[in-house]
Amino acid sequence: MSNDKKGLSRRDFLKTTGIATGALVGGGLIGGLVGYNVNKEGQVAGTKGTTGVNEQHEAAINRGLMFFQKMEDFNVLSQAVERIFPEDDLGPGAIGLGVPFFIDNQLAGNYGSNVKEYMHGPFFAGESTQGYQSRLTRAEMFMQGIHKMNEEAQRRFDKNFVDLEGAQMDEILTAFQKNEVEMKGASSEFFFKLLRQATLEGAYADPIYNGNINMDAWRMKEFPGNQMTYLAHIEKEEFMKYDPVSLSNMEH
Amino acid sequence: MATTLDKVDVVTVGVGWMGGIIGAECAKAGMKVLGLERGKERGTADYLMIHDEFRYGIRYDLMQDLSKETITFRNDRKMRALPMRQMGSFLLGEGLGGAGTHWNGHNWRFLPYDFEIKTMTDQKYGKDKLSSDYLLQDWGVTYDELEPYFDKFEKTAGISGEDTNPFWGKRSSDFPTPPMKKTPILKKFETATSNLGYSPFMLPSANLSEAYTNPDGESIAPCQYCGFCDRFGCEYGAKTSPEITVIPTARKTGNYDVRFHANVVEVLKKGDKVTGVKYIDTQTGEEFIQPAEVVVLTSYVMNNAKLLMVSGIGKVYDPDTGKGTLGKNYCYQILPGATGFFEEKMNTFMGAGALGMTIDDFNGDNFDHSDLDFIHGASLSLTQPGVRPIAFNPLPPDTPAWGPEFKKASIYNFTRTLSVSGQGASMPHKENFLSLDPVYKDAYGVPLLRLTYNFTEQDRNLHKYLTEKCVEIIQEMGAKTAVPGNPLTNYDIVPYQTTHNTGGTIMGTSPDNSVVNTQLQHWDAENLFVIGAGNFTHNGGYNPTGTIGALAYRASEGILKYSKNGGSLV
Repeated sequence: MSNDKKGLSRRDFLKTTGIATGALVGGGLIGGLVGYNVNKEGQVAGTKGTTGVNEQHEAAINRGLMFFQKMEDFNVLSQAVERIFPEDDLGPGAIGLGVPFFIDNQLAGNYGSNVKEYMHGPFFAGESTQGYQSRLTRAEMFMQGIHKMNEEAQRRFDKNFVDLEGAQMDEILTAFQKNEVEMKGASSEFFFKLLRQATLEGAYADPIYNGNINMDAWRMKEFPGNQMTYLAHIEKEEFMKYDPVSLSNMEH
Repeated sequence: MATTLDKVDVVTVGVGWMGGIIGAECAKAGMKVLGLERGKERGTADYLMIHDEFRYGIRYDLMQDLSKETITFRNDRKMRALPMRQMGSFLLGEGLGGAGTHWNGHNWRFLPYDFEIKTMTDQKYGKDKLSSDYLLQDWGVTYDELEPYFDKFEKTAGISGEDTNPFWGKRSSDFPTPPMKKTPILKKFETATSNLGYSPFMLPSANLSEAYTNPDGESIAPCQYCGFCDRFGCEYGAKTSPEITVIPTARKTGNYDVRFHANVVEVLKKGDKVTGVKYIDTQTGEEFIQPAEVVVLTSYVMNNAKLLMVSGIGKVYDPDTGKGTLGKNYCYQILPGATGFFEEKMNTFMGAGALGMTIDDFNGDNFDHSDLDFIHGASLSLTQPGVRPIAFNPLPPDTPAWGPEFKKASIYNFTRTLSVSGQGASMPHKENFLSLDPVYKDAYGVPLLRLTYNFTEQDRNLHKYLTEKCVEIIQEMGAKTAVPGNPLTNYDIVPYQTTHNTGGTIMGTSPDNSVVNTQLQHWDAENLFVIGAGNFTHNGGYNPTGTIGALAYRASEGILKYSKNGGSLV
């Protein structure tokens, strides 16, 4: 798609909607999976020790931590999200997709500070049908949750979380999911839901948010991203493959 | 001290569909109209980068800032109401166009049955079909009386559809534009429901099938099926919204203005009239009094009810005595459904918010309820809105929610999963109501609205019956695995369900049974009108916007008549 689109700006496109569409989307059919595997060096695949800030993906050369202060904490997060969304034969997992950086960046912003949410007291635990009732911000909850994961690792296996076997990490994550870990001002079940949701957000959001590196998660799921139109193909019987497009590919 | 501004003929509180319709109709007739909108100016040019599931779909960028105002919620009177701290069950709008910016565009006319539900139920099934805990009542207006206004709204919006549904009310004219494209996914539903003996038809859509110019001269573009409607604005101006129709119509008269960042905190009343409204400029914190000959509340269901309550206008409903009408008959919607997992890959990521097919064989009283333990029903639809990867991770039964199996299954099924879903009617119950919260306040010191709501026996029975119908259809469509929706338990404010909240400021034939009369004029203040889905005395089996649009056009005539003659319109 990107080749065919060159030279035609978004605004031009909007003006010619409905006329040029067939020609515009044509390239995507062949584009399909071109580019897949290109940036996969295998190293990001590992589930251990691959989270150093220096091991950056070439597509994200200015990547860094905005929220976490200790690599120890960031590494726990990285290993946990990789267990939730692991690398496999389909493609990269959470680490390879940049999800830990996505979450770090989000925690440093409005999401981490609960800017658009009602955070006034008084606070009461409430019933499950009443939703989030903690006075903790998400940033506070993540820090506590990550420290708790390490504490659980020490208590159960006498090791740091990042040094555990995969199955041991899963045991701890499952304990969080089942609300078996004591947290202060929040439930471990809620924290786990937040962590799982943030992992999926980082994997599948547009790459402009520093996850979904190279749109590889979209490729796995065969989601074409920011396509301007499907008008010419909406009635097609066959399954249509497109080279995905990010908002960062837009010409204005 | 509040600064008092120059008087206008009409002030609307909120500028979405309702504020836009009232603004356009009154301004065209020569009245000076001011819309007070607490959000910001926005329009098609703001939506060029709208294909961003994360920003708009997940982080609710177009929606209400709950840090300023939310509601509190409890399932019943014994529970402590607590704030809805994060958006979930329904998505409140904010900014020009309101929720009309990020609607999907399903545009329905409620059934003739809906408007006379009490009379028709009593006649056919006897007075005790539902227990007396259900506060069923007629709307005080019939389908036939509303038909010209349905027609008017549909022509304004250019609705795309086909008049082949044997169950809906008679139409005075055909749809302004032909139906949307019938995709292979829709055809599966069409074939299956036809095989089962039902009557499928194309869902009436505000995502337009072709370019259209409405009677006010506003242009709406053809839909591109890009898959970003719900929670998004339309970058093409192809999803009919207030910003591209009624608001520009109002503006070009020269008689209309919108004041942004103006959060109304009180309706000012003196004797049997209102004098205007008090608002706060949310950017400076300054207080203003905006006098007006006519005040029209056109904000969302929740806020319309809240403003009346904090302004002391009308009598608040008391569930102990049954007295009072304000806050009464809050209804939601019941969502039966079934998910099917298919062998073949489909273009599920393409679509439009209102691209779908529907059957009405189990809606309203289109089927016999003599041996059933509920009334009404649901429209059952298969829609192809365009699925997106963060929100849509379909998992067959017994698949783990994370880890390797989760990843494989959610990716595999992303293009192989379809759902048949119902929009089930919701009947008013004496324990489901709106009132003011005694503890929590908004950013301006005004109490939050408190929602007391739970599903009832009628809802659970309706849900169970229609879930089975949905399973039957998805199986007939060829799903290798059909999974019924979970049985209805307690209402939960967390997961998204539907932004079809209704009631609280209901319409009717007497001050004893309603907040506003059948022209939506307040019983206690003749120059105050309250418009929105809050007027519904129960919620039907369709999306509400088309019916609200009709009520608003009808009310605009009433407002013009009132401005000439004064007095009660009924």
